[in-house]
Amino acid sequence: MRWIPFLVSSLITILLVYALNRPWGKAPAFGKFLSPQHGFWQNAEPADGAFDIEIESPKLKGKTEVYLDDRLVPHIFAENDEDAFFVQGYLHAKFRLWQMDFQTRAAAGRLSEILGPGEKDVLIMFDRNMRRLGMVYAAEIAAEEAKKNPVTNSIIEAYTAGVNHYIDNLKESQLPLEYKLLNYHPEPWSFLKTALFLKYMSFDLAGHEDDFEMTNAKSIFSQADINLLYPIVQDSLDPIIPKGTIFNAAGLQVKIPPQADSLYFNNTDTVSITNLVKPDADNGSNNWAVAGSKTQSGKPILCNDPHLSLNLPSLWFEMQVHTPTYNVYGASFPGAPCVIIGFNDSCAWGFTNGMRDVRDYYQIEFQDESRNAYRFNNEWRNTTWRVDTVKTKGRPDMIDSVAYTLFGPVMFDKSFTENGRTSGNHQYAVRWKGHDPSNEQLMFYGMNKAKNYNDYLEAIQHLHTPGQNCVFASKSGDIAIWTQGEFPGKWYRQGDFVMPGTDSTFMWQGMIPPEETPYQHLNASNNFGRGFVSSANQLPADTTYPYYLGGNYPPYRGLIINRMLRNMSGITPEDMQRLQTENYNVFAEMARPLLLKNIDESALNADEKKYLDIYKNWNLRNDPAEKGITVFANWFDSLEAMVWRDELQQATAPVKWPDEGTLLEQLLRDSLFKFIDDIKTPDTERLSPVVTEAFKRSVPALKEIEAGGKLEWAKFKGTGVRHLLRIPQLSRLNIAAGGGVHIINATKDFHGPSWRMIVHLTDETEAYGIYPGGQSGNPGSKFYDMFVDNWVAGKYYRLWVMKKEEANDQRIIGRMIFTKG
Amino acid sequence: MKFLVSIFLIALLSFALGLYMPWWSLALAAFVVAALIHQRAGKSFLTGFLALFLLWGILAFIIDQQNQQVLSKKVAQLLSLGEGSIVIILITGLVGGLVAGFAAMSGSYLRTVTR
Repeated sequence: MRWIPFLVSSLITILLVYALNRPWGKAPAFGKFLSPQHGFWQNAEPADGAFDIEIESPKLKGKTEVYLDDRLVPHIFAENDEDAFFVQGYLHAKFRLWQMDFQTRAAAGRLSEILGPGEKDVLIMFDRNMRRLGMVYAAEIAAEEAKKNPVTNSIIEAYTAGVNHYIDNLKESQLPLEYKLLNYHPEPWSFLKTALFLKYMSFDLAGHEDDFEMTNAKSIFSQADINLLYPIVQDSLDPIIPKGTIFNAAGLQVKIPPQADSLYFNNTDTVSITNLVKPDADNGSNNWAVAGSKTQSGKPILCNDPHLSLNLPSLWFEMQVHTPTYNVYGASFPGAPCVIIGFNDSCAWGFTNGMRDVRDYYQIEFQDESRNAYRFNNEWRNTTWRVDTVKTKGRPDMIDSVAYTLFGPVMFDKSFTENGRTSGNHQYAVRWKGHDPSNEQLMFYGMNKAKNYNDYLEAIQHLHTPGQNCVFASKSGDIAIWTQGEFPGKWYRQGDFVMPGTDSTFMWQGMIPPEETPYQHLNASNNFGRGFVSSANQLPADTTYPYYLGGNYPPYRGLIINRMLRNMSGITPEDMQRLQTENYNVFAEMARPLLLKNIDESALNADEKKYLDIYKNWNLRNDPAEKGITVFANWFDSLEAMVWRDELQQATAPVKWPDEGTLLEQLLRDSLFKFIDDIKTPDTERLSPVVTEAFKRSVPALKEIEAGGKLEWAKFKGTGVRHLLRIPQLSRLNIAAGGGVHIINATKDFHGPSWRMIVHLTDETEAYGIYPGGQSGNPGSKFYDMFVDNWVAGKYYRLWVMKKEEANDQRIIGRMIFTKG
Repeated sequence: MKFLVSIFLIALLSFALGLYMPWWSLALAAFVVAALIHQRAGKSFLTGFLALFLLWGILAFIIDQQNQQVLSKKVAQLLSLGEGSIVIILITGLVGGLVAGFAAMSGSYLRTVTR
């Protein structure tokens, strides 16, 4: 009987250990998680901790020294190029391992593996969408291309070895916090993962399309109406390459298919399908360079701010890399080698997104249920199959088979209807430029080392997808912008709607020859032209460019940037800081006369008049405390709803909502614009009563917003920098940021200027930069969100291009030595 | 005397094992020490509990001070354990203490069995 207490007590102990060693629902394993020697406490870095380490690896060739400054920016001094990439890989992993792992899992459609199926299986849908788009297929092709080239092969191999050196020597207790929260482990890094990361950027920047919504719109609107609702060019357009530039006749002759009218334009089938996973349509950016003719110093200044999702850990990681052949500083992507946007001792460069439509759909006709063959040019072609295993935490594995045609993978068919949203009777194959072989890594490496305009030109030839407007400035005085990328030559409206996939006539007919890329290059030989080059995702050229430029091009940031740059002279870097963080709303400036002319004030009650007064007294700036912008935004939304809703409601399937700019510019052009009429009433509505009614309808919402204390723009907009897992406690929410859509400071709710950089190309480079995050990805580090407050305030850090002699500078807080061993 | 020596030994052995083994090695430490230095069951429980409550609590407290509460506040909110770091430090101690307490009590009972 003496055994009983022992057994009971031991059993309790064992059960307790068991219960505390496993996760319960979303709660982590408490014993493991709370243990000060193993769990989250180990991620609580000492605030004044040292970062000194020594690393030995047989993969290294020589010695590399890394100095970490007081913002945790590493300054890498390597004895040879290859070691520098090993060290970059190591540092990315040391400070950002979890995000690298997470983002490449997202790219490969493997989130449900670690997060479970999600609410209503939303994560499984996300994963299948990425897989069925062929993200892994595309990354495999890209990896193969990179391996074929000895330079990129050695770069990515060295980088991969560096990441894996960190992972291999990582103790369980040192795992990043997110692994402990989600209870899983990192897997080894690979060549393919780097390719996947870059492919994810292609998806984000060159994966947007509205083909299904446009096809549905085509089913209810005439061609003429489609052109009114979804115009390619707005009247206000100020293209990247200035109007008046002469373009040669097209070298690639594109033929409209004989049956385009019957099978395409006049085909009124709906597709009743919308993609769940869409990159943000506002993924864009600003960049510009001003020539010495416009600056105080006589030297060029280059500026860039890419607008992307605002996340913690940040997409960007700042670093300096010094090797015997180059000395580069800038923002890198954890997950890929090289500096992506930055400058070296000779020049600076940056990017904005090209916005062209390089993702189209073809309707496929299968021979039978087996989907083993499809009709093409009057014969049956065999499909090939890619069989994927979708692993889901807490569920059995699922096999997802995707048929591949010569267009690309059949994303949508009876096996993937997005929870029954499509009938499954139609099949759509996706033709995406991201599937084509290319080696963008070579461009980044080339830019890191570029010494002059010709080196830049050589480097950007390797940029195929995602197409980017590449801005450049050099100490020799050149400034330039190339609207670079490999793009299909299309006939008018090709690929704006779903195309027939039963023969070759609707296929892309070829790529636009690279020498026909619109560009602008200013230097002393052309007297620096207008003195600046710029882009903000607007159309690269006007309609004199001999190719169709289908895509999604917001015009207003470009308009205001160019206007302001034209009016500036004697420019200093401080002027550029003010311009980059400018909150002036040019869209509202254009709308104001129209709205004020048409509002009938006699029809307003006292409440309504109060809000109208706020609007009238507004200074047209989207500053954080302004209230007029909140009134304007709600009023314009309400106007859009009144004008469009009656017509769009005729559609039985989702349709694309016309752009804000389309409504504004059509109304400016034509006060009798036919869509003003409410087709549900017998009367013909006129503009003025509609504008007035739209205002009155927005007032109840405004009163509610005011009652909630959110009439001030920053509070209404609610900007936040979110943790990648959307965990509020690890995010910085409700930060008081101004700006918005159409604004140079393009800060929306969770999206905006993700890296602001200004480079003054004086003999000793004078550069400034900031991003809304911090160098450490660890939420337990003071460096995690260190830059956020200064970023919100529109401040910059002076970027320190360290010299090796400055090793004893008081800004240095850590020294790492990497040697062969 | 036995009481204090046991507390000290359990804490020391737990810490040492924790450097190389998973977190639950503290149960082994408490069990072994309680089996070797015999006390009544209740007292053994208290010994184990106090040893780990103090070890984990103090370790967490020191880490938290050095970290300037950057992480503990976030995790406390994440686990709905209040805004500050005191509660999560106490819970950390409590979890370690409970496991060690029961393990030590088991060790004590083993001695009763084999006597």
